Amino acid sequence: MKKTKIKKTIAEINDKIRSGDAVVVTAEEIIDIVRDNGPVEAARQVDVVTTGTFAPMCSSGAMINFGHFKPTIKASKVWFNNVPAYGGLAAVDCYLGATALCEEDPLNRVFPGEFNYGGGHVIHDLLAGKQVHLRAESYGTQCYPNRSVEKMITLDDLPFAVLSNPRNGYQNYNCAVNRSKDTIYTYMGTLKPRMENANYCSAGQLSPLMNDPQYRTIGVGTRIFLGGGQGHVAWHGTQHNPGVERTGLGVPTKPAGTLWVMGDLKTMDPEWLRGVSILGYGTSLAVGLGIPIPLLDEDMARQTAVTDEDIVTQIVDYSTDYPQGTGRILGRVNYAQLKSGTITIDGEEVITVPLSSIKKAREIATLLKDSISRGEFLLGEPQIPLPVA
Amino acid sequence: MVSKMLVLKFPKMAVQKPVVCNLARDFDLTFNILNATIFPRKEGQMVLQLFGTKANFDRGVEYLKDQGILVQSTREEIARNESRCVQCGWCTAVCPTGALYIKRPELEVVFDEEACSVCKLCVRTCPYRAMELVPAEDYPLA
Repeated sequence: MKKTKIKKTIAEINDKIRSGDAVVVTAEEIIDIVRDNGPVEAARQVDVVTTGTFAPMCSSGAMINFGHFKPTIKASKVWFNNVPAYGGLAAVDCYLGATALCEEDPLNRVFPGEFNYGGGHVIHDLLAGKQVHLRAESYGTQCYPNRSVEKMITLDDLPFAVLSNPRNGYQNYNCAVNRSKDTIYTYMGTLKPRMENANYCSAGQLSPLMNDPQYRTIGVGTRIFLGGGQGHVAWHGTQHNPGVERTGLGVPTKPAGTLWVMGDLKTMDPEWLRGVSILGYGTSLAVGLGIPIPLLDEDMARQTAVTDEDIVTQIVDYSTDYPQGTGRILGRVNYAQLKSGTITIDGEEVITVPLSSIKKAREIATLLKDSISRGEFLLGEPQIPLPVA
Repeated sequence: MVSKMLVLKFPKMAVQKPVVCNLARDFDLTFNILNATIFPRKEGQMVLQLFGTKANFDRGVEYLKDQGILVQSTREEIARNESRCVQCGWCTAVCPTGALYIKRPELEVVFDEEACSVCKLCVRTCPYRAMELVPAEDYPLA
């Protein structure tokens, strides 16, 4: 273990949170504190740094148990507002995915499709207190004779509803451009021809995994702000890929770590989980995610002081290289450049378009800071570290 | 200053007159023609964005009417549903007039209704369906 001047434990910081003495700042505020006072002094003064991000995160959904019917049913096919959920589980358990689409959706038959309603919208409607039409079908068994049920339900009626997102909080993401002659419609937004715009999707210096790039404090069991409620990191996420190229600070220069997050849907808020319709692509769920990072020592202070200039990403052509999986990149750019409004690719000035809401990310970091300062949010002790390269 | 999207309907006889040129020359108005279907001796229609001082604008509209042109405001306009908008920026990729733009360094999305040409591209592009098409409030052109 490396010797550090400051040494704190999560238990000690939780004691300070309980007594109302913890010093909490956001991932933007810590930048100046470390620059002015140095990392040692910053780690001495500050206990927790809060992060935040708000953007569509497709690998999201809800694990739902809708309770037994009379007579009982072993629901093998399930729909919520005509959006199919996966029913290949026990009798009344199912998983409603954010990108599942309403059965009558014309999809991309009239291109680009609008995708007005899907799983993400059902989750939002449930949170907003709306009634949702549940329908289930089965083949009938001696213990579960019912073959078809339908019912209007609300979130309160559901015995169990847990948001379970197998891949959220992507540590870094591509900057997307289109070098073809036609507009393309992607999950990275509308990309106009001849590199007219460059779209990017990260909260940059506010982004959770950018502030603990080597996963020293974020692991299985870390308590998080999730969709307006409290959740946990349940596992590393799908496509978690820590072994990519990194800068001196350990910050990855391309998509790297991911998180599987879970939390009780009933504690969440429709403000922070919103169904989205992405033109030509499909539906998704915009997720508000915030992670508190304990400043255990000066190394963590240094990591959380990461700025947009320090975070570099790759520019990828979504007209050919992304769909064909060539792995070719057109160049590198940092988030300060992306946030400035224009970047230069091959000598050409290209307008940048953010897809991740910095305003909402900032609000989340501030909400989390306030709830920790009030003693309402204690840090979760990570039980299993995320895989590192 | 006034900026307004207008629909001009030209009767058969009015299409011969260089009215838009006169709007600029005699009334100091700036214009942007967004759509025009004008043929000799036929009824025509033009969608025009007109900017200028309030006084010049009103005089210009008066002049158009004197030429026998029917002046209407656009029937629809775009409104932003603030509770749905999350200020992300997706819409700025497609907005052709810069009515939707990013304010820096805050990185907040501003909607300048005056600069909106009601092209509707943002309506389907906004993933949160925050951009809505609403009936236009009629500009008092009379």
